[in-house]
Amino acid sequence: TAGAPSSAWACLPDLLPLYYRRLFPFSQYYRWLSYGGVSKNYFQNREFSFTLKDDIYVRYQSFTTQNELEKEMQKMVPYKIDIGAVYSHRPSQHNAVKSGTFQALEKELVFDIDMTDYDDVRRCCSAADICSKCWTLMTIAIRILDRALREDFGFHHLLWVYSGRRGVHCWVCDDAARKLSVAARSAVAEYLSLIKGGEETVRKVVLSDPIHPFINHSLSVVERYFCQYAIVEQDILGSKESVDKVLALLPEDILSFPVVLSQYQYFTSRYQYQSNFTILSEIMLQYCYPRLDVNVSKGVNHLLKSPFSIHPKTGRISVPIDLKELNTFDPFEVPTISLICEELERPRADEAEDDDVKDKENEQEAGERRRIRDYKRTSLAKYVKVFDRFLEAMARSRKGEMLQKSDLQKDF
Amino acid sequence: MQFPGRRKKVIGSSQNDLYDHCLQFYGQPPLENISLTEFETFAVERLKLLKSVENIGVSYVKNSEQYVKKLDAEFSSLNFPLRTELGDRRVQGGTSEYEKRRKDHISHFILRLAYCQTEDLRRWFIQQEMDLFRYRFGELTSKHKTDFLHKNNLKYETVSAEEKKSLKDKLITSSYGLSGITVEEYDFYKVPFQDALDLVRTRKVYLLAGNAYIPHHEIVTIVLNDFRTRLSKALAMTARSLPAVQSDERLQPLLSHLSHAYVGQDYSIQKNMGKISLEQIDALSGKSFPLCMRHLHKALRENHHLRHGGRMQYGLFLKGIGLTLDQALQFWRSEFVKGKVDADKFDKAYAYSVRHMFGKEGKRTDYTPYSCMKVILSNPPSQGDYHGCPFRHSDPELLKQKLQNYKVSPSGINQLLPMLAEILELVKGMHYQLACQKYFELTHNVEDAGFSLNHPNQYFTESQKLLGGGLEIKKEVDMSQRSQENPANMTRPSQANSKQAHEEMGDLDSFFQDE
Repeated sequence: TAGAPSSAWACLPDLLPLYYRRLFPFSQYYRWLSYGGVSKNYFQNREFSFTLKDDIYVRYQSFTTQNELEKEMQKMVPYKIDIGAVYSHRPSQHNAVKSGTFQALEKELVFDIDMTDYDDVRRCCSAADICSKCWTLMTIAIRILDRALREDFGFHHLLWVYSGRRGVHCWVCDDAARKLSVAARSAVAEYLSLIKGGEETVRKVVLSDPIHPFINHSLSVVERYFCQYAIVEQDILGSKESVDKVLALLPEDILSFPVVLSQYQYFTSRYQYQSNFTILSEIMLQYCYPRLDVNVSKGVNHLLKSPFSIHPKTGRISVPIDLKELNTFDPFEVPTISLICEELERPRADEAEDDDVKDKENEQEAGERRRIRDYKRTSLAKYVKVFDRFLEAMARSRKGEMLQKSDLQKDF
Repeated sequence: MQFPGRRKKVIGSSQNDLYDHCLQFYGQPPLENISLTEFETFAVERLKLLKSVENIGVSYVKNSEQYVKKLDAEFSSLNFPLRTELGDRRVQGGTSEYEKRRKDHISHFILRLAYCQTEDLRRWFIQQEMDLFRYRFGELTSKHKTDFLHKNNLKYETVSAEEKKSLKDKLITSSYGLSGITVEEYDFYKVPFQDALDLVRTRKVYLLAGNAYIPHHEIVTIVLNDFRTRLSKALAMTARSLPAVQSDERLQPLLSHLSHAYVGQDYSIQKNMGKISLEQIDALSGKSFPLCMRHLHKALRENHHLRHGGRMQYGLFLKGIGLTLDQALQFWRSEFVKGKVDADKFDKAYAYSVRHMFGKEGKRTDYTPYSCMKVILSNPPSQGDYHGCPFRHSDPELLKQKLQNYKVSPSGINQLLPMLAEILELVKGMHYQLACQKYFELTHNVEDAGFSLNHPNQYFTESQKLLGGGLEIKKEVDMSQRSQENPANMTRPSQANSKQAHEEMGDLDSFFQDE
């Protein structure tokens, strides 16, 4: 298992330089943010922000080449890395630009699901803590949002990333997504929002008749997990206090606990209890439905934690999540920087030789080849593979589009 | 944008493509040359249309049967394109559909110039153009609607019947007020979700693969939003290029008047010259004067004085109802003399301005009686002034009292309170002329004024018509002569007289004009 957080923190000044020199997947990272070089200066006009040692925060970092990115990161050794928007000019030169003309033009559509937003409905943990019991909430969130973004909105290239501590991020990377306006982003986020109200609101989900197909889809996901998650793991009916919380969500004419329990037991044959189904649905959604921060998704210039950056408090790497393995994803199995640095020292000769043979990127510098071998020797490998597949899919899609375009042009 | 010369250019047949649909988004400015006359005529007619849109929109529920009927009538009378095909038979002697569409196109762009300058003007213009567009789009057939969408790059495909069938349940549960039957019957359009954000945000629409499935009646909202956005941007751009346009001396006066334009009769040619005697004025003020003039008259009688703003507004009105210069001089002098002004002072100080009003002094300025728009918008009254529009400038409470005090016909008393409430509502909604119209209906005890109020003199003329008196036309311009308000005398004799009177008036007109 990974090292305890406190030791990770103490070692960061030593580990980070090693990480940026030998493990950070710069080549894939650059490939991602260049988006096939279709738009000129897309990478060069991208804003990065770094949090350096002693909490020094610097914005408007930008780089002209992959090499420059590497050199700078190795030099500055950021503790945190955030990715911002693609601007009209190079962010590092934004002061030289005539005021008013420096503008954020494009950015991925992003979502941030944070476990603390569920504190009112989880009993196992609170605040920054997470455990395997409440992690199910993230699973539910990913399933619901991934389906909606793909099926309802027609997006194809979604990168889900573990934030490193208590949540997940989604980067929607389609062309169309990157070009969305603020209004459009906010509309998408609101379409996906069902939980309304803060501290003062008791009943946070109100459904009206008829129920929109999106809500029905989401409900079927929630239903799959509800019994195991809420009744068993969270044990929401296990104490008077938590039962009261559930009862507080019911309309006044349904009063007693036994009624609730028996209704739950017949829950799957809801047709019998059709008239109460809406109430049950609202309860299930309030306990399980994803809670988004609309403000994160709205802004074109909003900065979000970068994939493959380190979480300074836990030492864990922000790794891409493979949705095919979502049910078995365990945030506590995600490698920490100390683990992978340690793994780097252990020779794993057999794997290294295989990769030499399979390595297609012959033109690259020896140093880079070595680095590719390096991460492949660590637990980071499988996550970089997920990232690779994601990039492949985008590349294929771009190729398909270009063929389509040239076909159309040939017609003329 | 090109600017017109005085010549009229022959229109090429390629322009036919431009006008192949009766509705347009006004994306492309007109490129031809037109004469200044056409420029002005087109602009004024469109302005009349937009004002009708505004008035009718306040009086009737938008897009209700009555609304549509009234607007249809306006369209026909003003010769704007409605829903016919381009090749349709030309109504005998009327304007061809093509010419109507051309007018629609050109007039829109001219009004952009007049209405781009301030936030208020832009807002008004956009609102009326949107209502106009909504009405016209709603009147198109289904096929024409789709044609329109495609021609304007709104790539909204209709959803095929099979697809609708397979998605029926989803469509029913996602859009408000739909049943299985309506889903089958209604057209649905596939719109990229980015173009339907309001529906997406509130989850009022079915989304699949990035497209919103929008029922027919919602498509108008989307098209309208698109229209508003385009027009808003265009107006902002027009405002920026306006200085160049305004430097053209032929256009500058036209444009600056359009935005405050009154587009009806200007009452400057006095057909009624000499029909009124001074003794009648008190009675007339109670019966046929609009509230503003009644108010001014009362103040004049009480204070034996009026300040400049009041003198202008009331004096020109009196000219418009038929007072001659001599009558006017006598009228003002006799009143002022009762106050602090002696006859000499009057002759020295005030007579000049009365003569000025009649175009007898100095350079001829705008001596036409003020329209409602002018009274409402310019020169607001301050302490000690009695001019302006009471519906606009009076405190609503005071207005209410004033209205209650001015006696109405006995049969009108039962209607008084609800009518008053209606009037005050209209005032609150800033529809001052409509409020005055309601006042007309109240005081004349009719349900519908039968005209659209735009000018105080119009109020007077309509009132006189209703009260069954035309005034007898006098033969001589003689201020001492009395005329009887006698309907019996109205018929043949006045007709025989009118021709003669016309000739005399022709002389009078030239007598009064500077040029």
